[in-house]
Amino acid sequence: MTRAPQHPTRRPGAGRIARSAVTRLLGGGSTTVFALLIVIFVGIFTMNPAFAQPPSMLAFAKQAAPLVVLAVGQYFVIVSGELDLSVGSLVGAQVVIAAALIDGAESRTVPVLLLMVAFGVLVGLVNGLVTTVLRVPSIITTLGTMLVLYGAIRLWTGGAPTGALSEAFRRAGRGGIEGVPVVGQLPWAVLIAAAIAAAAVALMRAPYGRVLMATGDNDTAATYSGARVWRVRTTAFVLSSLLATVAGILIGGFAGVTAQVGEGLEFMAITAVVLGGVVLGGGHGAVIAAVGGALAMEALFTLFIQFDLPATIQPTVQGLIIIAAVAYAARRRSTHPS
Amino acid sequence: MTVSVAASTPASALGTVRSGLGRMGTTGVVYLALVGIVAAGTAVAALNGQNLLATANLVDTLTRSSLLGFIAVGQTLVILCRSLDLSVGYVVALSSVVAATTMAGDPARIWLGVVAVLAVSALIGLVNGLVITKLRVNAFIATLGMGLVIKGYLDTLYQGPAGEVPVAFQVFGYTRVGVLPLSTAVLIVVAVLAIVFLRATRTGYHMYAVGGDAEVARMSGIRVDRPVITAHVLCSVAAGVAGLLIAARFGTGSSLVYGSGYELESIAAVVLGGTYLLGGRGGVAGTVAGVLILAVLDTLFNVVGVDPFFKDVLRGVIVITAVAIYARRGGGTAHPPRFSRGAHQRPPAPDAPPGTGAGPAAEHRPDTTRPARDPTATAKDHADPAGRGGRT
Repeated sequence: MTRAPQHPTRRPGAGRIARSAVTRLLGGGSTTVFALLIVIFVGIFTMNPAFAQPPSMLAFAKQAAPLVVLAVGQYFVIVSGELDLSVGSLVGAQVVIAAALIDGAESRTVPVLLLMVAFGVLVGLVNGLVTTVLRVPSIITTLGTMLVLYGAIRLWTGGAPTGALSEAFRRAGRGGIEGVPVVGQLPWAVLIAAAIAAAAVALMRAPYGRVLMATGDNDTAATYSGARVWRVRTTAFVLSSLLATVAGILIGGFAGVTAQVGEGLEFMAITAVVLGGVVLGGGHGAVIAAVGGALAMEALFTLFIQFDLPATIQPTVQGLIIIAAVAYAARRRSTHPS
Repeated sequence: MTVSVAASTPASALGTVRSGLGRMGTTGVVYLALVGIVAAGTAVAALNGQNLLATANLVDTLTRSSLLGFIAVGQTLVILCRSLDLSVGYVVALSSVVAATTMAGDPARIWLGVVAVLAVSALIGLVNGLVITKLRVNAFIATLGMGLVIKGYLDTLYQGPAGEVPVAFQVFGYTRVGVLPLSTAVLIVVAVLAIVFLRATRTGYHMYAVGGDAEVARMSGIRVDRPVITAHVLCSVAAGVAGLLIAARFGTGSSLVYGSGYELESIAAVVLGGTYLLGGRGGVAGTVAGVLILAVLDTLFNVVGVDPFFKDVLRGVIVITAVAIYARRGGGTAHPPRFSRGAHQRPPAPDAPPGTGAGPAAEHRPDTTRPARDPTATAKDHADPAGRGGRT
């Protein structure tokens, strides 16, 4: 339903195509978020024409990259019918772990990166297995993981993050390919986020993605069709934690180490996914729409800056927009079940 | 109508014994756990040369529990309806500011402040409820959005403490009779009222029915929106009372208390108290025990001198463990995604790992709590294609 309607089998007339395009754009589904994105960008360009320059756009993309990565991870979990509240804490934990273990030594970058990946997989496995095997609702499981990570990291570092990141570590978040014509620097973060988005699209078309979608839609039916629901969902949690690790690497490189890093990111990611028309409860929505949702969120914050709104009013507008977007999508679901 | 309504509530005559056992059983376990934790805590404290049951520590425990208690009692009603309120922390902060700025240090304006807080919080709850039921925004997003709206308002207008609470009202925060703080006494009254409300009023019964299965409740003639809206209004008002308590304790309105994470903590307390996160099962008595467990642990950690960050770790582990145990005890009802309403609801699914199988889970499910399970499943099987976009 949130997916774009299927093409009719008979050859459509021009009017029909136009109508179907309008339906898609306004339907509250995957395409709508891109329409919203374009509207926001038109707003930004009107306020500040200089923003349309490629370097500014790339800077925007670079800033949006971590949220895009997190949204893709959250998408896997949400579409399988669950929820991951632990990603914000995990991002914070990973950055703090990296800083404490690398402690400025370039040579330790790669081993620590491997350790972080292993830690991410471990957190995802715990989330997934507790949710599926012990049957604890995922909101409680991941809330628990969030508390545990939050406390454990501060316990370990004594309240304030210690150490420093190495230059090599920060390159992913800060650096890029220099000397690219037109745009200047092509940031690694943008390339990484784009690659992850492309891989996610491919994964959702692969058998795993189909089973994941079926599981979120109706896990009873999926079980009867031979899907190992617990394994599929656990994998989704592991993917989410892995991508949170990647986002942590990008954010750590971009913004450095603070005690607050990662705070509130779980709700940002969930909002982005939902803004993309992905239904909480699973089984509906495209991964590319979740990416669109993340971009729309970041664009919205950029627009706030252009309007010179006090930063403190941002949550209010953000809250109103989420409610409006979801209500809009729900209105269509309830009135025209097509 | 009355018959079918009764049949779809846990307290039906049909299954009084079994559901009584099932429900009271969980509450019993929670109180048993509370007693166990108090006993173990007293022993641990004694080993450290402290007395957990000393007056100061008892007062500390009860004072701690009253604030979270108000919020959690309200959250219980919402969760019983298969909804969720993530805005309570912000309502608490807003209420403390509204109370302090309205009272403005003038004892004659105390009643005005209380009325203003109750009105504002009820209005917020009403909006939450209406957005969830009429606009069909799922509760997670609706209340998260409402929380953000309030946060933006508070951040923009109040950067620090605001207003002043007259000394006469601060008695709400500090007075105590023996070991019993006034705020805890008020909490007990509120909790008893909530229990009576759930057990003895039509709306209370309807909350269980709607939370158990909205579709069956609707087919039984219940206006399913009303209990949900009522629950959200009552939940926000309870959070408003918690805000009054904060104002009374601090002597001023503090907009920053929303950072304390009351929304998630209250949900943790509710599920720790044995209420089923997917609605329809549980009660306020369990929640009070859940709140007390968290408060006793907090006091114990303070007395023994545990690192505050270690508290978070333990708290997370305890909540997960408790819910895992309930999931096992409660017949291992597999959890359907909780974030769905209306056409997206589906019957609980046997997503057990291979080997455990669906059979035992289905057998163990206390069928009395959801007597109309089968009709639901059938109704949904019919409803699904239409609701899911399959009508092509």
